[in-house]
Formats: sequence, structure tokens, C-alpha cells
Amino acid sequence: MPDTTLTSDPSHDGPGAQSDDAAGYYTPGAPIADTKAPGGPIADRWQTRKFEARLVNPSNRRKLSIIIVGTGLAGGSAAATLGEAGYNVKSFCYQDSPRRAHSIAAQGGINAAKNYKEDGDSVHRLFYDTVKGGDYRSRESNVYRLAEVSTNIIDQCVAQGVPFAREYGGLLDNRSFGGVQVSRTFYARGQTGQQLLLGAYQALERQVAAGTVETFTRHEMLEVIIVDGKARGIIARDMVTGEIETHLADVVVLASGGYGNVFYLSTNAMGCNVTASWRAHRKGAYMANPCYTQIHPTCIPVSGAHQSKLTLMSESLRNDGRIWVPKKASDCEKDPRDIPEEDRDYYLERIYPSFGNLVPRDIASRAAKNVCDEGRGVGPAVEGVRRGVYLDFSAAIERLGRDGIEEKYDNLFDMYARITGEDPYSTPMRIYPAVHYVMGGLWVDYDLMSSIEGLFVTGEANFSDHGANRLGASALMQGLADGYFVLPHTIRDYLADGPFEPVPADHPAVVEAEQAVRTRIDTFMNSNGTRSVDSYHRELGNIMWEYCGMERTEEGLKKAIDLIRTLKDDFWRNVKVLGSAESLNQSLEKAGRVADFIELGELMCIDALNRRESCGGHFRGESQTEDGEALRHDDEFAYVAAWEFAGDGEAPILHKEELIYTAIEMKQRSYK
Amino acid sequence: MRLTLKIWRQADAASEGAMHTYEIDDVSEDMSFLEMLDVLNEELQAKGEEPVAFDSDCREGICGMCGLMINGQAHGPEVTTTCQLHMRSFKDGDEIVIEPWRADAFPVVKDLCVDRGAFDRIIQAGGYISVNTGSAPEAHATPVPRDDALRAFNVATCIGCGACVAACPNGSASLFMGAKITHLGELPQGQPERDTRVVEMVGQHDHEGFGGCTNIGECTAACPKEIPLDVISRLNWDLHAAMRHGL
Repeated sequence: MPDTTLTSDPSHDGPGAQSDDAAGYYTPGAPIADTKAPGGPIADRWQTRKFEARLVNPSNRRKLSIIIVGTGLAGGSAAATLGEAGYNVKSFCYQDSPRRAHSIAAQGGINAAKNYKEDGDSVHRLFYDTVKGGDYRSRESNVYRLAEVSTNIIDQCVAQGVPFAREYGGLLDNRSFGGVQVSRTFYARGQTGQQLLLGAYQALERQVAAGTVETFTRHEMLEVIIVDGKARGIIARDMVTGEIETHLADVVVLASGGYGNVFYLSTNAMGCNVTASWRAHRKGAYMANPCYTQIHPTCIPVSGAHQSKLTLMSESLRNDGRIWVPKKASDCEKDPRDIPEEDRDYYLERIYPSFGNLVPRDIASRAAKNVCDEGRGVGPAVEGVRRGVYLDFSAAIERLGRDGIEEKYDNLFDMYARITGEDPYSTPMRIYPAVHYVMGGLWVDYDLMSSIEGLFVTGEANFSDHGANRLGASALMQGLADGYFVLPHTIRDYLADGPFEPVPADHPAVVEAEQAVRTRIDTFMNSNGTRSVDSYHRELGNIMWEYCGMERTEEGLKKAIDLIRTLKDDFWRNVKVLGSAESLNQSLEKAGRVADFIELGELMCIDALNRRESCGGHFRGESQTEDGEALRHDDEFAYVAAWEFAGDGEAPILHKEELIYTAIEMKQRSYK
Repeated sequence: MRLTLKIWRQADAASEGAMHTYEIDDVSEDMSFLEMLDVLNEELQAKGEEPVAFDSDCREGICGMCGLMINGQAHGPEVTTTCQLHMRSFKDGDEIVIEPWRADAFPVVKDLCVDRGAFDRIIQAGGYISVNTGSAPEAHATPVPRDDALRAFNVATCIGCGACVAACPNGSASLFMGAKITHLGELPQGQPERDTRVVEMVGQHDHEGFGGCTNIGECTAACPKEIPLDVISRLNWDLHAAMRHGL
């Protein structure tokens, strides 16, 4: 890969010294000095930390309690492991069963540095690829640890009975993924996430039977309880009875996933939301790099205004499909099969001849947006614009035969046909980028503890491992690494301070948190407005996608902030929630989530406004090379933006954590 | 297209339910069935009527949370999840009857939502392999023949939606249970607990109030993941083996 090393300027004044687009929108805060990562050689840091973490003897573990919010790969695996260790665990999810968590929808696979192919893989190489893939905006100590424990994950999952793909000799098969040059991705056909999640779910249910874990399904966390500066519990709503419940514990873990649904349309499950994280943020947990959103290039395009959800098509399709649009806008309505070869623009092959259709996700996504913005998009026009490009398999079908394609992509082609009603074997598929995963999240230290003591954050809900861009097959790895192998060690060091003073149910902090939840629900139920919650969510999504999506500009972001503030004001005056608060009420659930999404959306725009550089999936119009490629500014922005909530209507406070690389050299990415 | 919807409305588990009729216009064939209900709900809300409660989450056919009886068929006329059923499967002027899953073991929570907690409790009874985190042997220490792994995978694709139960005249969960027993029983890792697993899971199944299996096959016909009927043979075979082994 043609990387060029950047020459760093030793005279600069530290990160953020020059650009200040967001001046007036935030208050500068003290830098984050310590992430608690051990020093020394990077390969020894995790071993050092594990050894130094204090122990809790088995008979004392029974006296300690842990609340875990979320039951996906990060939360389910953590609940199972901590239950097994002998702690009292309470596990919460909003779905009707822990098995529904959206980790289940991940298709591609999970990376691990097993080097089973003897093709030069190693822990260090997985670490290197992940930091580089994240455009040098992740934390090297965390990423190294992720790579280090990745091999244990595969052992654990195989022992649980996860049916990974095998070779004829009975050993595990691997494939290559996302532009790396080794085969390190373990997979279970196109349903790896489902199989891994079921493994964690089964381990969790085993602990439920053993009595160490208690599960609370159809429960939503609505507030965190902080006593003497420490997280000591949550307020949850039983979504069936409407009862507001107080749950107290010695420590709280948020594993509540990502917030891509701020865009309304995304590949996330309908219920994925930011409420658990946002409620914690409002209580003092920093929100880090909230604007880092991953846009996935190969989703089925929007078909109409009714659309609720975008469906991802596996990226593996780009191995054989050729992406094009008509050269002339006047051809866009034609049947693609009637457009001759010379009138087609295979734009990725044209602009990026060495990577062609296999350029990374962010580049493929932006290129698709650009051709559609030029008026050369295909498929049905939604709100006046055609947003789709062809992913054409005709050459591959000619080369491999229909059977060859069926063998490789059968289920994907069927899924496409079911959703669109078109046969992708005879007419090119249409695809368009969609919001997929967020790399931002609550700030955590090396121990995965947030800026609130006793509040730990794992998986997609935290920010630390993916940088500005996430490589394929690394989200599943992080979820399970955090839950099975990292948190159980770091949390015991925290719990070793126990036993903790019990919190009485009438403690002022508990009463205050419960009252806040009740007031909020009453406000929704008594708001005699006229607009549905969904209509606000859609409007917010449009603003976010338009101005804080694939390409952002200073002007657009400032406009978006104004629009969101107006929307927020209108929401609180004019939202309408029917039904009762004392029963299952899906409008009420959504109202609380959308209220939080609106506040998050504003912070995302401020964060994006502050970051006047292009990196990963985040492209700032003002920061590009002469040929329109993303231009990073390491001298100004090699930092984590950790935002502190300053109060309603107050400008958020920006704390910067400098990213220091000792084991890896920062390079500019190039895919030409 | 214009449709007439007959939808089961029930305020909560304790209340009486009834069918209600709604007319809906401008349904596009590109909508999923659930998006059509979203549109209906927006209209109801605008009229000041409480929206219809129904379960869904991933809306891409994998989480298993959605599930409706549509014209008497679990998930409707196509072999797929309700979220992946599109309105092009219907035509202008159709009347569509929409009910929650039918089974005693799945009590109605509200409108079209049911409680499938019994499935979790069946898994708790033994639907796992006992291995503590961090104590697993190296993954390559136990080779698994490719065909066995493939067979295990094919049945492990069960999404736990409950269509099998809803479709079964007996309200049996044998397909759901057979899928898990076959998945784990097919692998070397699953052998030590194979006998106890089947005995405990079947005991819990009966305790929850699911009916017995009489090999009618409606379950496999309704299964969106096409779990084959022979997982039930495997379940029975394992149960008999466990009894022979003295359990």
C-alpha cells in the first residue's frame, strides 16, 4: 500500500492549536492527562495491568453486585463472565429476550490474530492494521490489547459450540476482509454475529439457571444513580407495566450499543438508542468523538418516504460486482441493460485504478454520493433525487457462470430480490451508502471506566478502539474482547475496594433520579401537541444526514445546529404521545429516545464543526487534497475530543486527550 | 393500493381483546408489512387513536422479534419473517387479518405483542455448553468434520421467533428445541451434556405449557429459517438415548 510518512512539525503547540471553527459553541476544558494505561513496552501493558489489578476472593464476590445494561456481544458476554466469577449480576435489555440484541445482525466475521494460515499475521500486525484502518484516531494501548485477546475469543466461542466455517480436515477456515492482506477473519456463513451472540446468550442463560445473573427484559434504563460521585444504580422502566424501578448495585456497566439511529435511517435495529449513554453523559460521563460515524457503502437504497430501515448488503459483493452509473444524466431512467458499455462510468475503477471497486468503505461511500449529487444516480427518485448506483454482476456471471455466483452470493441475491422485487441475476443491483456503526461513544480510560467512577462502558457504547473509521470484522472482536476478557479484570480492581456502603432506597440521589424520570414521563404524557414522535425523528435524521453525514462543512454544520435547536424547542412544545404511561406504550418509549437523540445530534454537529480535518468516514469539505481526497491534520487534531455536559442550554466543555503513538508511526492513507 | 385491515387489539394480558377494522390507502408495494403498519399508526395517531403495538427490532430478518399471524399464517404468505414480507405479496382491495402469535405458552402482552420468555427458560434448562470464560482449550485442539459443522450451523440459524409454535395446532415448541439440541449435539463440544440437555429442556418445555409434537409439520412449513423437521426426530432420538442411559 503506497503510504507516505508525514513529516511532523516539532514546533507546533500541541493539538488543536490552530483551527477553531467551533469557537463560541463550546467552552475549553482541562486536557485529559491520564488514561491509566500502564507504561512500558506495548506488548507488556495488558499483562502488567492484569497482574496489578487487585483480586477479590470468591466468598467476597457473592457480596458484590453489578448492573449491566445491554445484552449484545459486549453486555451479554460480560454478564455471563461476571456471573460465572460469582458476582451478583443484574442484566437489562429493552427487547423481549437478550438474544435479540443487534449484534445478531452482523454478517461478515470476527478477526483474530491466530495466524492459522501462516501468512504473516501476528498480534502486532492486527494491531497495526486496526490503528491504521482507524486513521490514527484510536488509542494504541487499547487497540493492542484488543489484538492480544482476540485469539482467546475464538477459543472461547469454539468451546461454546459456535459453528464457525471449517475446512475438510476439521480445522477452522478463515477469509480475508476489508482490505487487509492476511486471512484472519473467522466466520459462520453470513451470520457470524448471530452465532457469536447466541454463544454469549447461552452462556448468559446458563448463569441465569445458576442463579448468578438475573435478567430484566423489556426494561429500559432511564437514569443513572450517582452517590458520592460513584455510579451506584439505575432507574429503569418496566416497559410492560410502566413501573419505574430502582436498581442499586456496587457498579454499573453500560453495554448499550451505538447511536446510529440519530440519523433515523440506518442499518441499526429500530430500537437501538442513545438514552442509556446520554443519561450518563448528562450526569458527568464524557462523550468522546461523537461525530465519528461509519457509513457503509453497500446498502439497499431508500425506496420511498415510508422507509424505516436500511438493509446492508455484505461488502464481499464488491469482490465481483462492478460499480457504475450512466455517463449522461439523461440515461438515468433507462433500463441499465440498454445502456451500452461506452456510456457507463465505472467511476471507482476510473478514479482509483489500483484499488478499483475495493477501495475502503469511506472512499466508496463518498464517491457514490458525489455521482448522485451530480444528478447521475439511478433507481426511483425519492424527494426528487435518485440515490443509487449500480452494482453490476453481469461480467462476473459471464466469467463464473450463474452457478458460480449462486454458490458465492446466493443468500444475498435472494435477500435483495425479496426487498426490492428485482432479480439481481438479470438486472444490476442498486446500492447506496448508509449509516452503519458509530466509533464515537462514552469516553473510557484503559480500564473501560468512564469519567464517572464506577460507571464502566463496553462495546460500541465506548469510543476507544476504532478511531475515525472501523475496519470490517472488528466490531464483533471488540464487543467480545471487552465483555469476556477485559472488563472482568479491570472491574475486579474497582470492586476490590468493596464491600461498599449500601445505598438506602430513600437516599436523596435515588429520590432525585427517580423523580427526574417521573417528571420526564409526565411531561410527555401531558404534552398536548399535535406532532408524532416519529415525525420529529425523521426530521432530525434528515438534518443529520444532510449536514453531518458523509461530507460536512463549516457552513452546513452551523446551519444544522440552528435547525436542531429549533427542532428541539418545537419538540418539547408540540409532541404528542397517546395512551398511558402505566402500560406498554411504544410512542412513549420513542419520545424519550428521540428527545435524547436531538441533544446528541447537536453535540455531534459541534464535534464535527470543531474537527476541521478529514479522516475516516468523516470528510470535511474544507480539508481535502488537490484531487479531492481526505486530508488529515495530525498536527492539530491527533486528539480525542471528550465532551462534558455543562447544563441545559450551556455550551459543552471540550477536554482533549492527546493521542500518543509510541509503537506505530502515523502515515497518510492513500488508495490511488 | 387500498387495504382493509382487521387487527387484534388488546390493552394488556388481563383485558379482553377484540378485532378492529381499519382502512388504509396509498400502500406501496415496496413497503415491508411492518412499514405498512407504521403508516397506519401515524394515521391513527393523527386521529387521536392509540397506535397498534407490535414487536420488531432489526427489520432485516435476523433478530426474531417480529411475528404476526397474517391471514392465519405465521409471518404471512411467504416463508420469511414479517419484517421481510413486502406488500407486493398483497393486492389492491385485499382484506388482511392480523393477530398475535397463537399459543397458551405465549401470553399476549398488548395488541400484537406476546411474551416469549418461555423460550429463554427452555434455553436456561440446558441449551448451552458449559465452559467458563478463559478456560477454553485452543480452538484447533478439537477438529470438527466440515459436514458436522455445516449441519450444526444450518440448524443454529433458528432465530427464536416462535412461528413454529404459533403454526402448530398443538402449540408445540419441538422445532425450536430440536434445532438447539441438534446444533449442540452435532458438535464434539456438546457431547458431555447431551443426555442431560435433552431431558432438562423437554421437561421445561412441558412445564411451560407447550403441547406435544404429533409430527404434523406445520412448524417447518412456517419457519422463516427453514429448520428441517428431522431436528424433531433427533430430539426424540436423543431423548430415548438419555432414557436408555438411565436418565
